[in-house]
Amino acid sequence: MHPLLISAYTASSCLGRGLEPLREAMLAGRSTLKPCDFETVSLPTWIGEVEGIDDQRLPASLARFDCRNNRLAQLGLLQDGFADTVREAMSRYGADRIGVFLGTSTSGILETELAYRRRAPDTGALPAGFNYAGTHNTFSLADFVQHWFGLKGPAAVVSSACSSSAKVFASAARMIASGLIDAALVGGVDSLCLTTLYGFNSLELTSSQACRPFDRARDGISIGEGAAFAMVEPAPASIPRDAILLLGYGESNDAYHMSSPHPEGRGARQAMDAALARSGLAARDIDYINLHGTATPSNDAAEGNAVKGLFGDATPCSSTKGATGHTLGAAGGIEAVIAALAIRNGFIPAGVGTTDPEEGLDYVLTTRRQAVRHVLSNSFGFGGTNCSLILGSPA
Amino acid sequence: MKPTMTNTPAAWIRSIGLIGPGMTDWPACAAILAGDAAWSSERTVLNAPEELPPAERRRAVRVVKLALGIGLQATSAAGMDPSELATVFSSSGGDGVNCHLICETLASDDRQISPTRFHNSVHNAAAGYWSIATGATAPSAVLCAFDGSFGAGLLEALAQIRFDGQPCLLLAYDADYPEPLRAARPIPDAFGVALLLTPERDAHSCGRLAVNLTDDAADTLADPALDTLRCSIPAARSLPLLAAIAARRSGRVVLDYLDHARLAVDYGA
Repeated sequence: MHPLLISAYTASSCLGRGLEPLREAMLAGRSTLKPCDFETVSLPTWIGEVEGIDDQRLPASLARFDCRNNRLAQLGLLQDGFADTVREAMSRYGADRIGVFLGTSTSGILETELAYRRRAPDTGALPAGFNYAGTHNTFSLADFVQHWFGLKGPAAVVSSACSSSAKVFASAARMIASGLIDAALVGGVDSLCLTTLYGFNSLELTSSQACRPFDRARDGISIGEGAAFAMVEPAPASIPRDAILLLGYGESNDAYHMSSPHPEGRGARQAMDAALARSGLAARDIDYINLHGTATPSNDAAEGNAVKGLFGDATPCSSTKGATGHTLGAAGGIEAVIAALAIRNGFIPAGVGTTDPEEGLDYVLTTRRQAVRHVLSNSFGFGGTNCSLILGSPA
Repeated sequence: MKPTMTNTPAAWIRSIGLIGPGMTDWPACAAILAGDAAWSSERTVLNAPEELPPAERRRAVRVVKLALGIGLQATSAAGMDPSELATVFSSSGGDGVNCHLICETLASDDRQISPTRFHNSVHNAAAGYWSIATGATAPSAVLCAFDGSFGAGLLEALAQIRFDGQPCLLLAYDADYPEPLRAARPIPDAFGVALLLTPERDAHSCGRLAVNLTDDAADTLADPALDTLRCSIPAARSLPLLAAIAARRSGRVVLDYLDHARLAVDYGA
């Protein structure tokens, strides 16, 4: 495929707002996961919470979109001058020539969970003022972002569980290549809610401590929340040396089970193979693999099998979910931003939380300062949906 | 909005699958839309397909039955093996009953939700069950654009066909929500349509479509009852296009999409 220029990017997570705290935490190998104290949730698990989400005030004209997820989206858009970059692209391309493709898994469902506690005792009705379209519906995120900027192009939310905000890069690449748009705002936002905390707990997939991806003693995920955004546009003929490019993507389905990965990592392997093929790169060209690495026993085993099969034990890899938590629908976007930072700043981030990694991989326990040109980032989800992205710097 | 580009995304329609109120399949729907049969709005009948393993068949919720039903109708009509096909799943929401029961449980004193209920809550549940039922490991796009979900799915499918040069199965589907959610999201019943789209014409193609964005208003259906159906279920926003296909009527059809844009579909029979 023709490379796409990732002309701007930003991410906010429990590590902080924008790129600087994320970069610092990656370099220092720091985590900000904490025991779960979210809302009224009583579960023996750890979470990654973004500070100050509820202090965000949406513009009065967009009050119908008010919910934790869209407040987090606005918080994310306001970092690193990202909103200004989007507005500059709008003036260059036209508001109708920029698509909005964002990933989320639960959008603003927290509003519905809270509304159900306030149902009318006699009729069972939800409270007045409950706005399904603006909050609960998964499209609410892209709808909010389009209205926030006044963008007028095509828009969709990709909601394929934990591969969502990796797959938006693929949708954007196809839509730009088809000629319908000139550029796209992509990324993902997912926020803490009761459905995912109690849901993953019911599947016995949450850890009672901070998650330990790829550790031999790993025992489950830590759910986090976050927002990541990027602008993608066709790479110009003359590419600046410090540009970050999307070089390839690969997608697949496991066709195996709704909540367990194929044990050999068949779908994961297929997605990574497809990303390499599309980028024209070989496995030896990849300098770092940002693993999906949720820290559940079966997910990491399946992904490890797929990575070993394709890369052997020679390619440095780690999961950054020990630092950010698993931000579900936002994970692919946040990890694409981490890949961009690794390339731009020359480091391979440590897999925080892990002390005794599975054998057979070059699993990075201490952040390495070294030149990084090509990063493969994996995002796999429920229902057996897989997506791998390859980011890189120009030749 | 800029003038129509000469190079708009386009594809050939190879086959159609459809399930809706009083419509068991595409031939039944086509006869109604062409004016050859009367329509009565009987509640949509959904069955879990035999292709699902027994455990998955038991767990299949309404949107899953609907999506698999329309998808298998389309691949069967085309005589195509679904296991190789890329797919686009587009829906305005997940399964309403499942969502209601999760929210009810989370509002109660005992918040333990069932694992099956949780994994059926993901928006890509239908895509997951489809890949398990058909053995399809090809990519799925899983989209939502609220009432514009059919349009979003059609754009994605056409972009995929342009980019990859491979056939793509578009599945757009929505099912009803129970109270109290129904008061906030008044979708009355289930409706789904699957379009098997190909980059090249073949002997069985039932027309070609090309799509662009427009400021024009969406077309309506002459029959008031059918137009009510079009407006009340997002996937049924496809009906003006399906009516053109049913009548083999070439021309321009405008479909609902987003607040600020509709889809101008250039259909050639």
